[in-house]
Amino acid sequence: MTVAILRFGGSNCDRDARAALDHLDVDAEIVWHEDGLPDDVEGVVVPGGFSYGDYLRAGAMAARSPVMAEVREAAESGVPVLGICNGAQIGSESGLTPGAFTTNRSARFQCEHVHLRVENAETPFTQVFEESDVISLPIAHGEGRFEIADDALATLRSEDRVLFRYCDTDGNVTDAANPNGSKDNIAGVLGEQESVAVLMPHPERATLPEVAGANGAGTDGAGVLAAFE
Amino acid sequence: MTAYTVTVTVRLKSGVLDPEAETTQQALERLGFDLDGLRSADRFEIDLDADSADAAADRADEMAERLLANPTIHDYEVTVAAADR
Repeated sequence: MTVAILRFGGSNCDRDARAALDHLDVDAEIVWHEDGLPDDVEGVVVPGGFSYGDYLRAGAMAARSPVMAEVREAAESGVPVLGICNGAQIGSESGLTPGAFTTNRSARFQCEHVHLRVENAETPFTQVFEESDVISLPIAHGEGRFEIADDALATLRSEDRVLFRYCDTDGNVTDAANPNGSKDNIAGVLGEQESVAVLMPHPERATLPEVAGANGAGTDGAGVLAAFE
Repeated sequence: MTAYTVTVTVRLKSGVLDPEAETTQQALERLGFDLDGLRSADRFEIDLDADSADAAADRADEMAERLLANPTIHDYEVTVAAADR
């Protein structure tokens, strides 16, 4: 499997994603967005960073770049697509997934460890977990507050397309455990297919054992990236 | 064709939290100003040529729909004026 890790001007988690996938023995390459997806692409990661300097809105510019039309086609053919942090913002801005990620309730950039409850374990990104499992991943964002209209949220829930919600260490979904004011504590959602997901936390930063040991995170991210194995 | 300047104003929908506006309001209050509320908006001034003011507005609508606004969180309005250029 060749996984394309898209690089835009301002992407900065592309190499982290490749290191994490290398660790999992997943064949992955960083692809400059203007070069388009490789013909044999079997997975796409849209990594974190600050594409186009977050001009207009985080992810707005990259979402309208030609390569995202290719990503949409790949997604429709069943190729797993994962947007992480800025990649999540790009995914929602491009319409791959519903809702929007906007300014944190705190109006600050937040870099911390959070706990997430697995809401749907029947996806490639959560296959190693059970529903209601609590995992730990780091966040690092200023615009991660998930917003969605009430009726669209109801649809999302009824279709079981909420992937992760911010929770406390015991799995309780509380306002205190919501780092950024996201609606319904939502940290990650699915597209129209369960093989398309976006999330604000960084699984690639909680995959390598040596990094995990150094920064206090575990390796739960490896379970999310197992979608590409 | 006539030269127009269309103005697209993009603001958060009513009820959507605006932490930047809240922070700005708090800063003004710290400076001693007395205010009851503050809303912020993005304003784009676009120079273009079109057959009519309506045609200019239609193009600005499409720009807002496709890029300038995010329909999940934003409302927008378009005004058209003869260009001063």
